Amino acid sequence: MAVFHFALTELPPEAESLRAEVRDFLATELAGRTAVRRARSWGGWDPEFSRRVGARGWIGMTWPKRYGGHERSFLERYVVLEEMLAAGAPVGAHWVADRQSGPLLLRFGTEAQRERFVPAIARGELAFAIGMSEPDSGSDLASIRTRAVRTDGGYVVNGTKVWTSNAHRAQYAIALFRTAVVPDKKHEGLTQFLVDLKSPGITIRPIINLAGSHDFNEVVFQEAFVPEDMRVGAEGDGWKQVTTELAFERSGPERYLSSMALLLELIREQQRRPTERGAALVGRLVAHMTTLRQMSLSVAGMLQAGENPNLEAALVKDVGTVFEQEIPEAVHALLDLEPTIDTGDMLAQTLGYLVQRTPSFSLRGGTREVLRGIIARGLGLR
Amino acid sequence: MSPPAGEPRALLGDTVGRLFTGLVTKEAIEAAEKGAWPDALWQALEEGGLTLPLVPEAQGGAGGTWLDAHVIVRAAGRHAAPVPLAETIVASWLLAGAGLEVPLGPLTMAPVRREDRLRLRRDGGAWRLDGVAARVPWGTRAAHVVAVAEADGRPMVAVVAAGAAAATPDRNLALEPRDTLAWQGAAVRAAAPLAAPGGLGADAVMLHGALVRSAQMAGALESLLRQSVGYATERRQFGRPIGNFQAIQHALAVLAGHAAAAGIAAERAFAAAEGGDCAFEVAAAKIRAGEAAGACASIAHQTHGAIGFTYEHALHFSTRRLWSWRAEFGSESAWALALGRHVTARGADALWADLTAR
Repeated sequence: MAVFHFALTELPPEAESLRAEVRDFLATELAGRTAVRRARSWGGWDPEFSRRVGARGWIGMTWPKRYGGHERSFLERYVVLEEMLAAGAPVGAHWVADRQSGPLLLRFGTEAQRERFVPAIARGELAFAIGMSEPDSGSDLASIRTRAVRTDGGYVVNGTKVWTSNAHRAQYAIALFRTAVVPDKKHEGLTQFLVDLKSPGITIRPIINLAGSHDFNEVVFQEAFVPEDMRVGAEGDGWKQVTTELAFERSGPERYLSSMALLLELIREQQRRPTERGAALVGRLVAHMTTLRQMSLSVAGMLQAGENPNLEAALVKDVGTVFEQEIPEAVHALLDLEPTIDTGDMLAQTLGYLVQRTPSFSLRGGTREVLRGIIARGLGLR
Repeated sequence: MSPPAGEPRALLGDTVGRLFTGLVTKEAIEAAEKGAWPDALWQALEEGGLTLPLVPEAQGGAGGTWLDAHVIVRAAGRHAAPVPLAETIVASWLLAGAGLEVPLGPLTMAPVRREDRLRLRRDGGAWRLDGVAARVPWGTRAAHVVAVAEADGRPMVAVVAAGAAAATPDRNLALEPRDTLAWQGAAVRAAAPLAAPGGLGADAVMLHGALVRSAQMAGALESLLRQSVGYATERRQFGRPIGNFQAIQHALAVLAGHAAAAGIAAERAFAAAEGGDCAFEVAAAKIRAGEAAGACASIAHQTHGAIGFTYEHALHFSTRRLWSWRAEFGSESAWALALGRHVTARGADALWADLTAR
């Protein structure tokens, strides 16, 4: 049986000098931004901000220079990501493309696709959505039914994707479609495509979340045409590619910092009105946070060493989302405070915002149950 | 003595693991619980140079680092080794740091509770020790006690022979000795001002005691994971191994997460101890490992069912230690309060910069 090992990872000096640059940049960019806005984290959408981040060379950091990347280390990239998240920067317009669409195209895309899309992603100009889930396919992703059928010069697509975050404001999606039905082998016959979300035959309908916000969508394909040259990888390779993509998704530090803004407000409250219980809670949460940071950093170290930390990333995400979800609950348990939407003090508003977002933390990008299944497989139980 | 210093750490881990696997058997732990001293184990540890990893070679030690010590202490926790190895490692480090001679044989340290205070006073050319220290680990088993005591308001480290104290034996849940030692003008073998890298304070014993307990717990948690996964794979119910059930799989995934978190928190604290200033990391490690201890003991026992609740089964050697170790040298709540006050005093705006600077 494998016991997961997370090796201590030290950041190199160049990563620490980069950290100072990022901090200076964010101090200016985010001056005066309230805690409740910072709490939006990578849900914050600001294309202008993303372009400025791209101009600084902080998108596509590890990618080859010939595709607009910067050939820096995974550890340098890690520092930029954690600084952005800890500060609550509105990184949503480049987050998905930087984290998974760009790496996916570099790995499985054609030369023409890489040249066309990757430099624009690195400039922070091109936002991507992810077309995976369907109305009848959530955690059981391989059961998707949206069909892409060959036609002259490409494919005709029919079907529906759901929970597609940012489909209403991203230019492209990378979507998983079924190109063949192989009886009893649902993981076969799947293929990934680049989809121009403005093309005819695609209808994007908002799905309003429980907090009344419009982040995700239903994307309906009715006889939508996708050109041949927008297929990513070979027909039938979709499952292998999509699991690689999900591993990119899980390996970052965004899986434990979602409630950072509330932790900071809790500390401010302790500074104003210290209590013993409050101090103990702060200490406990900080102990968890610093430990999760070491685990997350260790995953970045494994990536830098060319290892495949899929299992470790799933484990950090599972432990991290438990922590993110626990913070609003713990703050509620500590204080006699009603959460608010847009009145009250910043602590009450940030609590109100995050309490309503916590359910999504252990759903997005693979549910807790899926992650624990992956971990159990790593333990040899499946 | 074959010093582990300079040996690659993985090799040290293998050496220690083999030694414990051979000598820390179920029978050996049971015998220790009945009061027997595992002399062969202790001799093997001393001969292997594993009891004094932090003592310079010139002073008879292995001249290693805190990360070497981590490998040894974590393995001791993993195997539930019934000897004061962690205590000897810290106590000998305190002595060596103060420039005092390190005696052979098992050592312990005192006081181990924040409220206990010891005092040194001059008596001609010698020193004498006064005070009471409760729940001293292996207090009646160690050959010498290394005491941190005050002399004229200054923290000193002193070494006293076993037998210099009036002892009231007690034990923890794992039946490890936790004795009350009372000294009244006891003869001190040697004493010197507490001095070590980073400028140790009077809390040096508490701090480094919590440090080693966090690694022992991390080791015991690995053992819980290994035992639980092994049992879930072998034990069949309803016609299949219970590890096939999703309920068991997910519980063990949670156990794995706690074990991994406790492990890196502990190792990080040992790395910080190498630099001297480790209070933040030790607090985090003791809190994280202590919290994992309760959660994981619960999952491991639930997975094992009734057999794990028997004395016959070995699971309790780990779980009883975890239930005691998490409360020794400061519980999670005590450390959380201290850490929380520190963080609050620094202020919200310093938190992230502080976290990333460490």
